[in-house]
Amino acid sequence: MDIQEIIQPENLVYERTQCLTDATLSYCPGCGHGVIHRLTMEVIEEMGIQQDTLGVASVGCSVLAYDFMNIDMTQAPHGRATAVATGIKRCWPNKFVFTYQGDGDLAAIGTAETIHTCNRGENLLIIFVNNGIYGMTGGQMAPTTLPGMKSSTSPYGRDVELMGNPINITDMVSRLPGTYFATRQSVHKPGNVRKTKKALRMAFENQKLNKGTSIVEIVSNCNSGWKMTPAESNKWMEEHMFPFYPLGDMKVNGEMVEKK
Amino acid sequence: MGKMKGAVVVDVERCKGCELCIVTCPQQVLANKEAQVNSKGYHYVYMERPEDCTGCTNCAVVCPDGVLTIYRVKEEV
Repeated sequence: MDIQEIIQPENLVYERTQCLTDATLSYCPGCGHGVIHRLTMEVIEEMGIQQDTLGVASVGCSVLAYDFMNIDMTQAPHGRATAVATGIKRCWPNKFVFTYQGDGDLAAIGTAETIHTCNRGENLLIIFVNNGIYGMTGGQMAPTTLPGMKSSTSPYGRDVELMGNPINITDMVSRLPGTYFATRQSVHKPGNVRKTKKALRMAFENQKLNKGTSIVEIVSNCNSGWKMTPAESNKWMEEHMFPFYPLGDMKVNGEMVEKK
Repeated sequence: MGKMKGAVVVDVERCKGCELCIVTCPQQVLANKEAQVNSKGYHYVYMERPEDCTGCTNCAVVCPDGVLTIYRVKEEV
């Protein structure tokens, strides 16, 4: 069968979602941000809530998310995305509100906002992209950098005695009573991408129930910051990030998931 | 039983040549154009062995830039 016979509108099985704008993503080649943007928008398109969703972008690589997502978005100062989202959600309780934050934003300068938002149980979704590094500013050490991991401000590897331990913030907030859904996923393989989409769908559905905060952590690569090719960085992530940040649900429907 | 035949359409200008789709493809259909670049200077991806494509959409699912559009048809034997 000829290729041109296959390429017909009735045979279409997958295309880029219309909820993303036509702008080319400003991220590095192979960055997980692109997949996470697309998944968020696919979920919004499937649920038909493009008109009713408000997003809050953070500071970091994802600062320009409002250019790429074709929904109403705003941008918050460093770490304050969940505080801004709280205000939006309280003004429009019937709208779907999400924040899109990286680890430098959410786990460093925004630790207080994140913890208190989860503790108050605000009905919003936090999408937390964890790549263990400050990607946009040049690969400096972040609170989530692994012990021994090299970054531009820890060129000999993170020394735990001098620089402290990495923080596992999703695990921490999952123990707060206000958190309704907490999970950790990744987007480096097709199966993981589909699981992440399912988790995002569940988190958006939870907002209808008004039960509490949902946090979806996505362990992602930063091939530029880690100084690797995209394929190598995904392999490195599997070998080094996942033992410290194990994938899986931590809290579902307000109940802690027992670790086996 | 019919065999699935697929086709991948590449948005050449959007492709950044990260090669994630190439390592993901279970049939090794895709490859980067070595000799040609798009207007941004990236070696974009193309279907090197189109006859093996099954239209599983795995490449499109992992593509960070939404470059790939997938078509699939069931070929009757």
